[in-house]
Amino acid sequence: MQVLPAITIDSVAHRYGERMALNDLSFAVQSGEIFGLLGPNGGGKTTLFKLLTTLMPLQSGRLSVAGFDVRSQPDEVRRSIGVTFQSPSVDVKLTVRENIVYQGRLYGLSGATLRDRVAEQMERFQIADRASDIVQTLSGGLKRRVEIAKSLLHRPPVLLLDEPSTGLDPGARFDLWRAIQKLRAESGVTVLVTTHMMEEAEKCDRLAILDRGQLVAIGTPDELRSGIGGDCITIQAYDAERAGTLVQRIQKSHQITPQLLNSQLRIEAPEGAHLVHTLTSEYSDEIRSITLGKPTLEDVFIRATGHQFWEDEAGAPALRKPGDRR
Amino acid sequence: MISGLFAAYVLPITMLVEREFVRFFRQRSRVVGALAQPVIFWVLFGAGLRGAFQMKSANGGDVSFQEYFLPGAALMIVLFTSIFSSISVIQDRNEGFLQGVLASPVPRLSLVLGKLCGGALLALTQAMLFLWSAPLLQYVGLAPEMPMGFSGVQSLAMMGVLFLTGMGMAGLGFLFAWKIDSVQGFHGVMSVLLMPMWLLSGAFFPPSGSRWLSWVVSVNPLSYGLSALRHVIGQGVTDSLPSLPVSLLVSSLFAASCVSLGVWMTRRPTGA
Repeated sequence: MQVLPAITIDSVAHRYGERMALNDLSFAVQSGEIFGLLGPNGGGKTTLFKLLTTLMPLQSGRLSVAGFDVRSQPDEVRRSIGVTFQSPSVDVKLTVRENIVYQGRLYGLSGATLRDRVAEQMERFQIADRASDIVQTLSGGLKRRVEIAKSLLHRPPVLLLDEPSTGLDPGARFDLWRAIQKLRAESGVTVLVTTHMMEEAEKCDRLAILDRGQLVAIGTPDELRSGIGGDCITIQAYDAERAGTLVQRIQKSHQITPQLLNSQLRIEAPEGAHLVHTLTSEYSDEIRSITLGKPTLEDVFIRATGHQFWEDEAGAPALRKPGDRR
Repeated sequence: MISGLFAAYVLPITMLVEREFVRFFRQRSRVVGALAQPVIFWVLFGAGLRGAFQMKSANGGDVSFQEYFLPGAALMIVLFTSIFSSISVIQDRNEGFLQGVLASPVPRLSLVLGKLCGGALLALTQAMLFLWSAPLLQYVGLAPEMPMGFSGVQSLAMMGVLFLTGMGMAGLGFLFAWKIDSVQGFHGVMSVLLMPMWLLSGAFFPPSGSRWLSWVVSVNPLSYGLSALRHVIGQGVTDSLPSLPVSLLVSSLFAASCVSLGVWMTRRPTGA
C-alpha cells in the first residue's frame, strides 16, 4: 500500500506587498512523522503555518493537507488538523474541562462521545486532576498541554504546532516533547512543528530549514549534519576588520577558505583538533577565542545561508519595509 | 442533514452563548456593576429631573420622569452589555481564542450568531431583572408611584424586543470590534457612536425639542427598539412614537443587516 504524504507543499509563494514571505517552496511531510520547520523569526514559518491552517488564503502554488486541497476544500482541511497556535487559544477564564468540552462542541461533538474523548485526552496529557481549575491559575507547561489536548479532541490525522515551547522552562519542554512522541507512537498522528530552537529541532524525525522564505535544507538531523565534513571550528576575532585580514592570511597559508560572519570565522575541517593547534600557535594575537565541535544544526544553517541564525531579525532591513506586517 | 445542522450551528452557537454567560458570572464585579448601575442612574436622574419634566399620558394623568425613563434605563443595560460583548471580541482575538474558532470547521455564521446571541441574551436577562424589580423601589420612596408588574404575554413581548435590540446593538459593536485591535481603540467608538445613539433614541428625553433633534432620533435605529419597548410595556401613549409594527420592522432589519455584514466581514481573509 502506498502511503500518501500527510502534507504536500508544491511551489507555494506568498507575498506581503513587496516582500516575499515564501518563495517557491516545495516539500512533503510523510504520514506519521514528526516534522520540524526550523528557521529564524521572519523566515516564513508563520506564514506557512497560517496557510496550512486556512487562516490566510493561498496566493500561488498548491497546498494539501491529509489529501485535501487547502484552496478548494478548506472545511475538510480544518476537520483534519489539530492546531496549537503560538499565542495560546485556551480561554484563561474557563476551567480546563470547560475549555476542552467547548472545543469539542466547535467540532460538532456532543453527548457520550464528547464525554469519552474529553476523558481520554485529559488522561493522556495528565491534566485530569486539574479539570476544575481555572486555566489562568495553571503553569505555562500545563496550559500548553491543555491546548494540545483540546486540539486532538476530534482525532485529527495531522497535528500542527506553532512554536509549542515558547515560554516553557526546560523541564516543561522536555515533558511536552515526551508527550508528543508518545502521541505519535500510540496514534500515528503526523506532527508538524515550527521552531527556532536547535535543541528542539534535534528531536524531529526530519527537518526543513527555511530562510527568507526559501527552503535551504531538508533531511533528518543526522543527514543534515553529516553534510558537513568532519569538525567545525569557530574563531572569534577582535573586530570585523581584523577578522577579514585573518581570513586572507589563513587562506594563503593553509589553502582553506573560512566563512566570515562579522567578526567570526567558521572553518570546516576533517582533522579539527590538529588545525586548532596550528592556528592558535600561528595567530595567537588575532584570536580572542576558538572553539572546536562536531557540526550542529546551527552550523548546517550557517553553511546553507551564509549568515548567522539570529542575525536575521536585525540584519536584513532591506527585505522589510516599515509598513509591512509580518 | 439534521445532525449536520446540529453539529455546524446548534452546538457551536450554544457553546459560544454558554461561554459568554460563564465568563460573565465568573466576574463578580461585572455582575454587580451591570445590575446596580442602571438602578442608580434611574433613581438619581429620576429624583434630579423630577421637577423639570412634564408629560401627560393618554388618559390625562401625569407621567413622572422615572416612569418615562424606565425603558430608557433598560435600553442602557442593553447598550452596556453590547459594549462588553464587543470588547470581548477584541479580547478573544488578543488572547487567541478567536484564532482557534477560525481554524475550526465552524461556519462563520455560527461564530457571529453565537457571539451576538450571547451578548443579546445576557442583555435580555439583566434588563428583564431590572424592569421587573425597579418599580418595587416606589415602596421605599426611591421612585414615584407607577404601575407595577407585567403580564406573562407582556413579559414575553418585552423579551422579544430586548433580544432584537440586543442583537442589533451587539452586531453594530461587533462590526467595529472586528476591525479594531485594542480595547482602548474601542472606547472611541463607544463614546462617539454608541453612547450618543442611546442618548438620541428618546431614552433619556423626548425628542420633541427641536426639528433637527427629532430628525436625528428618527434615523437612529435604536429609537425603534426603544419605541417597541415602550409599546409593549404600555407606554405607547407618548407623543409621536412610531407604531409598533414599524418599530419591530426597523429593529429586525437593523439586526439582520448587522449579522449579514458581520458574516461578510468574518469571511474575508484576515490578512497578514
